[in-house]
Amino acid sequence: MIMTLKSEMDIKLIEAIQDGIPLVSRPYREIGDRIGMSEQEVVEKIRQFQDYGIIKRFGIVVRHHELGYRANAMVVWDVPDERVQELGKCMGQFEFVTLCYQRTRSLPHWPYNLYCMIHGQDRAVVLKHLSELINHCGIQGIPCEVLFSRRRFKQRGAVYCRDQGNQSALSAVPDGSRKIRIVGNQ
Amino acid sequence: MNEINKRLLNEFQRDFPLSAAPYADIATKLGITEHEVIDRLKELNQSGAISRIGAVFKPKRIGASTLAAMAVPVDQLEAIADLVSSYEAVNHNYEREHRLNLWFVATAPDSESLDSVLNDIEQNTGLTVVRLPMVEDYHIDLGFNLKFEDPLS
Repeated sequence: MIMTLKSEMDIKLIEAIQDGIPLVSRPYREIGDRIGMSEQEVVEKIRQFQDYGIIKRFGIVVRHHELGYRANAMVVWDVPDERVQELGKCMGQFEFVTLCYQRTRSLPHWPYNLYCMIHGQDRAVVLKHLSELINHCGIQGIPCEVLFSRRRFKQRGAVYCRDQGNQSALSAVPDGSRKIRIVGNQ
Repeated sequence: MNEINKRLLNEFQRDFPLSAAPYADIATKLGITEHEVIDRLKELNQSGAISRIGAVFKPKRIGASTLAAMAVPVDQLEAIADLVSSYEAVNHNYEREHRLNLWFVATAPDSESLDSVLNDIEQNTGLTVVRLPMVEDYHIDLGFNLKFEDPLS
């Protein structure tokens, strides 16, 4: 079931929590105070967003790189359309896979339609995970490429909505360019 | 890393308490004080181990976003990466080992403003931005099971 975010309150709440909840004794009350909701309403709404699948996970978001997971590879596959769902589900279940998406191809330059991100302590670990995944899902014959990351220029949680008065999507942030601000999922 | 911090990092990536005083509830589980939980989380946040405490949103339900890639001449990579990062709409920006060597995610309130960001980047760089929007998310996010082995072992 898809819940549509019609209410202005919903948008305000997402705006208020998208950079994380504060490290104070009553974080949900503080969030509520900022946007004119009660503590109980904030908690109920977050629970509702989880039930409806708008929020996939609520909790501590760690940064893999800083915790010793230095290698990450985006592995891309050119999977026959009729097998995308089956193989996506197969890949998405591994604990070392941190993202697994189907994306549109961009022919003729980019034939790949299934992506997964693999994190590991080093390249060897990532490649070992990859061969485990290939064997388990039985996809030895499917064309793929492995794109290890080299440099991280910017990483932070997606900004879903911003107060329109503050910034338009187009406006550059002069001092935020290289700064790794608050981070999000990879 | 000490045991308490390891447990903080691993046990509260999901099922984070949605109670009035969540850090006090975590403290009870770990056998320390609420104050100590907050201090440790602040430290982990400052050291970069934690990015935030909060929601991982299901992609595509809110606003518009896409993965995008560019083939940037190596000698221009840093300058163009900086330009791309300077857009508020861009939230991830990585160099990857490929002919398409700059990869970023852009998110905007709607598809029109997303397009205008990507068109603007193309105009400012003279390079094509390959757009690879998501169709389906197959990842079940249960958090990430951190293994704290000695990196030298």
